[in-house]
Amino acid sequence: MLELLATAEPGGTSLAQALLQQVANGIAKGSVYALIAVGYTMVYGVLQLINFAHGEVYMLGAYFSYYPAKWMGYTTDPEDPTFVPAKVPLYVVGFLFVCSMACCAFLGMLIERFAYRPLRNSSRLAALITAIGVSLLLQNGGIMLFKADPRGFPTLIEQSSVDLGLVALTNTKIIIVVVAAVMMTGLHLFVQKTRPGAAMRACSFDMRTARLMGVNVDGTIGLTFAIGSIMAAVAGVLVAMDQPTIDPLMGLMAGLKAFVAAVLGGIGSIPGAALGGLLLGVTESVVGTFSTTYAEAVAFVLLILVLLVKPSGLLGKSGREKV
Amino acid sequence: MTEAILELKSINVFYGAIHALRNVSLHVNAGEVVTLIGANGAGKTTTLATICGLLRARSGEVRYAGQDISSAQTHRLVESGLVMAPEGRGIFPNLTVEENLRIGAYARKDKPAVASDLAHAYDIFPRLAERKRQKGGTLSGGEQQMLSIARALMSAPKLLLLDEPSLGLAPLIVQTIFETIDRVNEKGVTILLVEQNANIALKHSHRAYVIESGCIEIEGASTELRSDPRVRAAYLGET
Ligand SMILES: Nc1ncnc2c1ncn2[C@@H]1O[C@H](COP(=O)(O)OP(=O)(O)OP(=O)(O)O)[C@@H](O)[C@H]1O
Ligand SMILES: [Mg+2]
Repeated sequence: MLELLATAEPGGTSLAQALLQQVANGIAKGSVYALIAVGYTMVYGVLQLINFAHGEVYMLGAYFSYYPAKWMGYTTDPEDPTFVPAKVPLYVVGFLFVCSMACCAFLGMLIERFAYRPLRNSSRLAALITAIGVSLLLQNGGIMLFKADPRGFPTLIEQSSVDLGLVALTNTKIIIVVVAAVMMTGLHLFVQKTRPGAAMRACSFDMRTARLMGVNVDGTIGLTFAIGSIMAAVAGVLVAMDQPTIDPLMGLMAGLKAFVAAVLGGIGSIPGAALGGLLLGVTESVVGTFSTTYAEAVAFVLLILVLLVKPSGLLGKSGREKV
Repeated sequence: MTEAILELKSINVFYGAIHALRNVSLHVNAGEVVTLIGANGAGKTTTLATICGLLRARSGEVRYAGQDISSAQTHRLVESGLVMAPEGRGIFPNLTVEENLRIGAYARKDKPAVASDLAHAYDIFPRLAERKRQKGGTLSGGEQQMLSIARALMSAPKLLLLDEPSLGLAPLIVQTIFETIDRVNEKGVTILLVEQNANIALKHSHRAYVIESGCIEIEGASTELRSDPRVRAAYLGET
């Protein structure tokens, strides 16, 4: 973050401008939190379950692009002798995204089917412990399969700084913001305007009644996991593209922060996840201007403050609608 | 008309160790209104939940329209016309009246018929038409019950299961609800009606079953049951 401060115009670097720059950086960071947070929020809305394995789905999203790229010969691993800083064609970039999205969607449904569905009528505590278990399983499975050390992610898009007038952002950060905005809007419309979206809302109100209205509840829950995982996959590839190393524990902090964002915005609410993500990202970046040490703690301070004032989160409803 | 659209063959249902239904057998013929009456905790809701696949019988068989549906999924049954309006109404409080009705038609693919059924639902329940943009949660108890029935009708039922439609309603509203049930039946919908209010249920049905502690104790034509001394003593408030 600080290197971007340095790239700002040396003569006119007023504090205000620096802060503005950090707000811009924070929006990019927050967009990623928002993309991951919707997964937490949607699953919670329908099942009242905190899917702790969701951060790992995000991590795997990055790996589900990394390996196909590697197999196609695109790699930036320093130790890799075949390393060529080849320009990745746009259709390959598209393919990598789709590949991650598809694999994560499948993974998300798999987790739901085999870890959570058998526990649907058990206590919440059992489901919570299972969620933590799945998360640990995927983390450690990742360390075993991918090795613990960070991997260089291929340069999908050559980074350059784009001057936006008052602030400057790298092109990859701009892509993150735009893609996240489009996906979040699309998701919101999907949930509000389509038949499967109506089924999700019905399930989040009252699963038993939804069933009686002819909603395929199991299918709808599977779809909820698939969609949340797709959003996380996109976040994973976007981040890998922006800061070019990935590692099996990258889902840990990102997942935790996104969860905080979801709770901040009001868990269960999709616009809440967007707002919570942005708020968290911007606050973190701005605080980071003054102290990088405290930036990490900010998420949790913010969470405590918001929950003290409004326990249901910023856009959370105390009623029963959850998605 | 003698063809049974629904048949329960000695089903047994458990909640953990609680034996909630014991060898319950009953049938509903196409075109009938059949009522199942019984006291609190007798097993009425359990019976309906088992019919529509929310609960599974440990033994016995549930047949609907000539097929064994003992292990069918609820949403498939709704698609084939077996629809329940749940006890407590199950209104979605944050959706408008119209959105609630549209969710009732969720399983249907015949869009034009849905539109005409919506108009028809407003015909039957003019009160709902006046309140179509109002949130379901802001309706009065009677209006919610009407909405619950109207919403079930939106699923185009062949067999409609009603769980205590009179619950918590003033006598005048109860009267209206039951008149509507009669009309729905005249339109060709078969009805299985669960009630504690035996008096009115027996007036508005062809046949009746009495359930006590999970067992069917009495069955017969509703007119006969109204004069049955056991029914009169236990359910019609006479001594
Ligand atoms: N989820 C459950 N877990 C355990 N026992 C249950 C459950 N639901 C119902 N029971 C028990 O099963 C029996 C039958 O309940 P059911 O709800 O079918 O009664 P009902 O006839 O519908 O009563 P009411 O008129 O009060 O609605 C009762 O003894 C009840 O306590
Ligand atoms: Mg009941």
